[in-house]
Amino acid sequence: MGGPRWTDEQKKAYYKLMKEIQTVDFVLVELNLYLNTHPDDQQAVQQYNEFVQRSAALKNRFQSMFGPLYGFGNSYATCPWSWKEAPWPWQV
Amino acid sequence: MWVYEKKLQYPVRVSKCDPRMAKFLIEQYGGADGELAAALRYLNQRYTLPDQVIGIVNDIGTEELAHLEMIATMVYKLTKDATAEEMKEAGLGAHYADHDKALFFHNAAGAPFTATYFQAKGDPIADLYEDIAAEEKARSTYQWLINMTDDPDLKDGLQFLREREVVHSQRFREAVEILKEERGAKKIF
Repeated sequence: MGGPRWTDEQKKAYYKLMKEIQTVDFVLVELNLYLNTHPDDQQAVQQYNEFVQRSAALKNRFQSMFGPLYGFGNSYATCPWSWKEAPWPWQV
Repeated sequence: MWVYEKKLQYPVRVSKCDPRMAKFLIEQYGGADGELAAALRYLNQRYTLPDQVIGIVNDIGTEELAHLEMIATMVYKLTKDATAEEMKEAGLGAHYADHDKALFFHNAAGAPFTATYFQAKGDPIADLYEDIAAEEKARSTYQWLINMTDDPDLKDGLQFLREREVVHSQRFREAVEILKEERGAKKIF
């Protein structure tokens, strides 16, 4: 994975940060589905908003190290265009 | 529209090359109760559903696309280092002859995917009951798949997917209750 320019340390950091993002985003998926059928649960809404913030912070860090997670204007771009740089999900 | 995220919903790891298991896993890629059928079923039904339940069906349909990518990753990883001979021995000779290691939407027995695997009836209760059944059937398939492997990494990913079927089934059951309440409510015009 990750081409020859990645050191072992970078690979470790990739997996660690990716797992943190997956963990936080899983909470968001679960709360999203739950809130679809329990829209008045104020505590769940509050938790959802907390995790939106956590997810954004983690993704900012990840993207500064490994390139964009999103295309179509949902991540800032660098020059050269680096969308293909980080490995694709099935390659890691 | 959808926004692609360059990540899997849950990490997918396998501990060995195992094309035989990949042949079975294809059931959840292009089979009747697989993730493609699930995603297309929900994302197609949503247009004619009542407003109270569109969000539920839309978002579960979206999560199914993430599960489709996880299953594809499992199949890809289980076969990528297999030789032609190993593919043949695993019962994937016919697949290899037509597709090499490329994925293809068919079930474990090789039957190609078809839109007749799912329905959109225009009747919200009929559609949601089908959705609940689809989740329960997919949960069963994941259990049968887990029973056939001793790979702890693969089992971990499959167990995650099995649990998601349980949650989706519960959410669809709640959607049915929401519609029943609405129907039973006294309305003053």
